Amino acid sequence: MSLAPQAFTITRADLVAYAEASGDHNPIHQDEEVARSVGLPGVIAHGMYTMALAARAVATWFPDAEVVSFGCKFTNPVVVPADGGAEIEVSGEAAEGDDRLTTVSLTVTCDGQKVLGLPKAVLRG
Amino acid sequence: MPVDQSLVGRAYPPTQPYAVSEEKVRAFVATTGATYDGGPAPATFPIVLAFEAMNAFLEAEQVDLFRIVHGEQRFSYTRPIVPGDVLSATLTVASLRQIGGADIIGTASEITDADGLVVCTTKATLVHRGADA
Repeated sequence: MSLAPQAFTITRADLVAYAEASGDHNPIHQDEEVARSVGLPGVIAHGMYTMALAARAVATWFPDAEVVSFGCKFTNPVVVPADGGAEIEVSGEAAEGDDRLTTVSLTVTCDGQKVLGLPKAVLRG
Repeated sequence: MPVDQSLVGRAYPPTQPYAVSEEKVRAFVATTGATYDGGPAPATFPIVLAFEAMNAFLEAEQVDLFRIVHGEQRFSYTRPIVPGDVLSATLTVASLRQIGGADIIGTASEITDADGLVVCTTKATLVHRGADA
């Protein structure tokens, strides 16, 4: 079953709020100069923030389900410009297994490019 | 400088007990543009605990946070986390390899509640680019 894609915009202000809420104050998510000094193309979103948005999408599709497992690789950075923001799209395919668990295989893209590797959530109920 | 290979298998002390409050969950949920209206914390909320454990690990090994990029994160949940939980994370270094001057550090963190029961286990891959990489 294909799930209706959901779109999110990530701004620098979101990264500041996420750093505060998560405790992840890595300056590569705030400071252009530091990010470039370690070879990144610019300020990038916390991989965990993109993953949090993917989790929000799953919770919107399946509001009453319990999450059994959730994981992904961070394959491409989401570069967040100082003006405007980065556009993320989360789409998904759900499949119910014999074990009554639902596996949601996600696709998370920024400007059409996949940013998460094999993001997958397994749900109960 | 590469991370010391002898760290594989090492467990670090548990993080200080962390009380999950509605306020903290609400703030976390709000960053994604959603509104928290009670119930379990979102699926990625345990990163708050795991991140604290990772910070303590990096500090103990004198690794700079800004040289770390996140490679992978996986959560397995025993039960949902709810406000009122008092949680602690214990990090173990699961694997370590070097690729192209970067350390690929695999960690596993076990998140336990006040009764010592496992609520969530989470695995992370951290990519450390040394100053000379």
